[in-house]
Amino acid sequence: MLRRFRLEEPGSIPEASALLARHGETARIYAGGTELLLVMKEGLARYERLVNVKKIPGLDQIKLDNGSICIGALVTHRRLATDGLIMQHLPALVALEKNVANIRVREVGTIGGNLCFAEPHADPGTLLLALGASVIAAKGNDRREIPIEKFFVDAYESALADDELLAEIRIPRLPARSAGAYLKFGYLERPSVGVAVFLTLEGNAVREARIAVGCAGPTPRRVSAAEELLRGKSLDEASRRLDEAGAAAGRASDAISDLHGSKDYKEHIVGVLLKRAFTQAAEQCR
Amino acid sequence: MASLTNRPHGAQTMAISLEVNGKTYELEIEPHELLLDVVRDRLGLTGAKRSCDVEVCGACTLLLDGRPVSSCTLPAFEARGKRVETIEGLAAGGKLHPLQESFIEHGGFQCGFCTPGMILAAKALLAENSNPSDEEIKHFMHGNICRCTGYKKIIESIHAAAEKLRR
Ligand SMILES: Cc1cc2nc3c(=O)[nH]c(=O)nc-3n(C[C@H](O)[C@H](O)[C@H](O)COP(=O)(O)OP(=O)(O)OC[C@H]3O[C@@H](n4cnc5c(N)ncnc54)[C@H](O)[C@@H]3O)c2cc1C
Ligand code: FES
Ligand code: FES
Repeated sequence: MLRRFRLEEPGSIPEASALLARHGETARIYAGGTELLLVMKEGLARYERLVNVKKIPGLDQIKLDNGSICIGALVTHRRLATDGLIMQHLPALVALEKNVANIRVREVGTIGGNLCFAEPHADPGTLLLALGASVIAAKGNDRREIPIEKFFVDAYESALADDELLAEIRIPRLPARSAGAYLKFGYLERPSVGVAVFLTLEGNAVREARIAVGCAGPTPRRVSAAEELLRGKSLDEASRRLDEAGAAAGRASDAISDLHGSKDYKEHIVGVLLKRAFTQAAEQCR
Repeated sequence: MASLTNRPHGAQTMAISLEVNGKTYELEIEPHELLLDVVRDRLGLTGAKRSCDVEVCGACTLLLDGRPVSSCTLPAFEARGKRVETIEGLAAGGKLHPLQESFIEHGGFQCGFCTPGMILAAKALLAENSNPSDEEIKHFMHGNICRCTGYKKIIESIHAAAEKLRR
């Protein structure tokens, strides 16, 4: 059962942050509601007031700006999976978004809600880490840019202040001969392990490698120990080091034993997915 | 109309207009009323079912401007100014929709509990892809659960309906 709440529908970011500041913990931002309404129905959280941010113009745009691909917080999973600009510039994100949740959640759920809820068993944050993304947080007329590494603080906890909105996600355009790949594994409703790889090749060498793991632990994270094993190596040499990189990523994933599987099991899967994602990304760089 | 009579003094109400199966309704609702409850209890359209209540099973699937939504977890105000389709609106002029016919002809249901949601989801699929492969059907329909048929007959029914609709 969903308890009564009051609905506020501000038409601008300053209005929204003023409402949030005024009502404090009794109010909450509402975007697609696919997470928020579930926790409210379960009685896990009670809010007297929901602030519907979908009436704020401009938060649902996808555009190229200054070498970055900018995705408004209100863009739904469904749009990301079908948008022409995203298909052209970020095929790895398209592939990821096609496999988030089910068709109904993709239709209503937003990328901003996904990141802000910071539920550990989620996909986009992991790929955004490997792609070197950042987010724009907004409050009144102020804006600040937060690198995605700093955005995820803990399970269900982001770096946003209570009266701050996530306005936009910015992903730098991929340099030449670069590609990302994201692979996940799971047999429950939500993913159990996710691994993202971003590569830039130069000649036959790995010029840049960024690796991130998610879902296994409380937050998605970059794995510099694995990246260092691959960066600057020839493709052959890097391929020989994938076992080692996979083991490093498994250890760094901060996996916990839970319903999704034991810690050892998840660490093993991280290694398997890392190899496959590396191979996929390397093929797409050509 | 329990939701009307139980309304406490000072509760927020919203006057909304929405189109359901081609008919326009003007309703007064509260923000927390879910689309599933409004459609079932206030409009008397009981085809959509509440089952999991957590956006997983698809028994409550309705089409909002042609796109599938979990009405168990969607506030009714989200349907303001929009077009809602329920299973009751599919048959036209006393004739079943090709999807309904095909589900009957190919054994696409047994108990029928999942069927309203299954058929509406399939309608949204066929609207964007008139000739889906098995894999495309499985991917799109992945969030609609059936405990009876084992899915094979559902996939056959959707292929058969797609063929009818292409003719
Ligand atoms: C059945 C099911 C399966 C799922 N499977 C997957 C999966 O496989 N992979 C995956 O990645 N995810 C999965 N999800 C999660 C899904 O992606 C999210 O539910 C969705 O993206 C959340 O977006 P929303 O707009 O509905 O958020 P809401 O529910 O509206 O909001 C979620 C939280 O974020 C806050 N918030 C929302 N927007 C903003 C903003 N702009 N600024 C600041 N705070 C904001 C809200 O206050 C709330 O606390 C699943 C969800 C369900 C229900
Ligand atoms: S009852 Fe809504 S998805 Fe199951
Ligand atoms: S026919 Fe019984 S649940 Fe699908």
